[in-house]
Amino acid sequence: METFEPTIVGFFCNWCTYTAADLAGTSRLSYPPNIKIIRMMCTGMVDPKYIIKALLEGADGVLISGCHPGDCHYINGNYKARRRVKLLKTILDQFGFEEERVRLTWIGASDGIQLSETINQVVEQVKALGPVETKTGMVI
Amino acid sequence: MSTFFKLEVKDTDLLSCIQSFLQSLLSSGKMDALLVPGHLPMNNNVMPTLISDPEHLNHADPLAPSFPVNAAKIASRLTRQPSGQTIGLVLRPCEIRAFVELIKLKQGTLDDIVLISLDCLGAYTNKDYAAFSKDDPIGATKAFVEHVLDQKQSEKDLMAPACRVCEYPVSGQADIRIGLYGMEWKNQIAVETGTTKGEDVLEALSLEKITEPSARKQVVEKLISERISLRDKMFEETSQATSSIEKLSSYLSRCVNCYNCRVACPVCYCRECVFVTDVFDHDPYQYLKWARHKGEIKMPTDTIFFHLTRMAHIGLTCVGCGQCSNACPNDIPLMELFRTTAHNVQKAFEYEPGRQVEEPIPLSVFEVEEYEDVVGIARHSG
Repeated sequence: METFEPTIVGFFCNWCTYTAADLAGTSRLSYPPNIKIIRMMCTGMVDPKYIIKALLEGADGVLISGCHPGDCHYINGNYKARRRVKLLKTILDQFGFEEERVRLTWIGASDGIQLSETINQVVEQVKALGPVETKTGMVI
Repeated sequence: MSTFFKLEVKDTDLLSCIQSFLQSLLSSGKMDALLVPGHLPMNNNVMPTLISDPEHLNHADPLAPSFPVNAAKIASRLTRQPSGQTIGLVLRPCEIRAFVELIKLKQGTLDDIVLISLDCLGAYTNKDYAAFSKDDPIGATKAFVEHVLDQKQSEKDLMAPACRVCEYPVSGQADIRIGLYGMEWKNQIAVETGTTKGEDVLEALSLEKITEPSARKQVVEKLISERISLRDKMFEETSQATSSIEKLSSYLSRCVNCYNCRVACPVCYCRECVFVTDVFDHDPYQYLKWARHKGEIKMPTDTIFFHLTRMAHIGLTCVGCGQCSNACPNDIPLMELFRTTAHNVQKAFEYEPGRQVEEPIPLSVFEVEEYEDVVGIARHSG
């Protein structure tokens, strides 16, 4: 049997985590190709709709990552993101999405190593869960 | 400390008693108009009416088990800009709670408003009310009042599901409360001041002051605890019925994306909903691409997406009025679904919608240190 390779959608903030991804690249660190990174200007602009849509369209996991608290380029976007993720996780839990499928992390611009490790762990965790239900069944 | 005033009920005619009280309010000069549900002259159907002539209050009927719209939206429409006049709004507790949420969202104001609330006796769905009141609307209201206040058992209880599980039969925010539960309603009822604004209005009416009817507190508490146990049972059943995307799809499978639930929802306040914008106006090739990719797609698309997004938008502010269910052309039990989700998210943020105008909606504020449980990739659940 073919091993399951999950698809993870990453919403990375331009100023911190996306820059960390750049740094990981220039430092020749590797991370699994399972993650499809979307560059956002801030985690504060990650609309819960984007996460819902990704999961309904068959993303096995979503990783939202931005600046550490206090470091937000727009002062407080990451604090707002944290509340939205809290809200969305509560909703998704009711419909059987495991908590590992939506992750929020803070990874600073200089944390290329941490970024690589985080993505590896997220992929491993989601791999262990198996495919998201929306991939195997019909979503109306 | 609230003050109670006596309203005498003559010939067990509760409706006339309330009508004449409303007339005295409107004639007192303390307000220029009253928004109150009333029988329309052409066919006796009940709708919210804005009345400036006290004479017209003779067909007001805030007791009828009719709840065609959540009037919080109308209250918002009447207070979006200053009118320079004072309006008395006769609203159900859930309408007041939704209006409080709309005020927090800058969609209305309490300036120049007097909130008047009756103890809510509940309501039927639009279809059930139409059948129930067909021949004799006033008699129907009378029968309904007796049914609820005297706990008379009728052959079939038509009470709407949302009202059966509503734990807010008495408004906590009204300026003036007209009490019905725990009163000798065939002889007299009590009207109560909720705020200094309400006190100012009632003091001017030269009504007889009385003490709080002794049975009231207990009757209301008992009613609330019965409703809460029914509500929790409903949460449990709904959670079971929607615990996976497959089950949720099955629950919503009759949805035709008409978005009536969103239109009827008092706290869905966006002027233009994203689901009716170009964002969802896909090109034909897009649908065909999806169909080819998945083998089969249901049309119209994005049904679950719509409902999940609505939950994210209104989960915190949902007051459980049940207008979503009332508006659904295919009788999907939406109130049950949305209230269950709303209960979960409101619990997560320790928030109760409609409790206080000063209490901010959780997504409009933040703390520097909070909710660390959603950050990081460690496993939290056991």
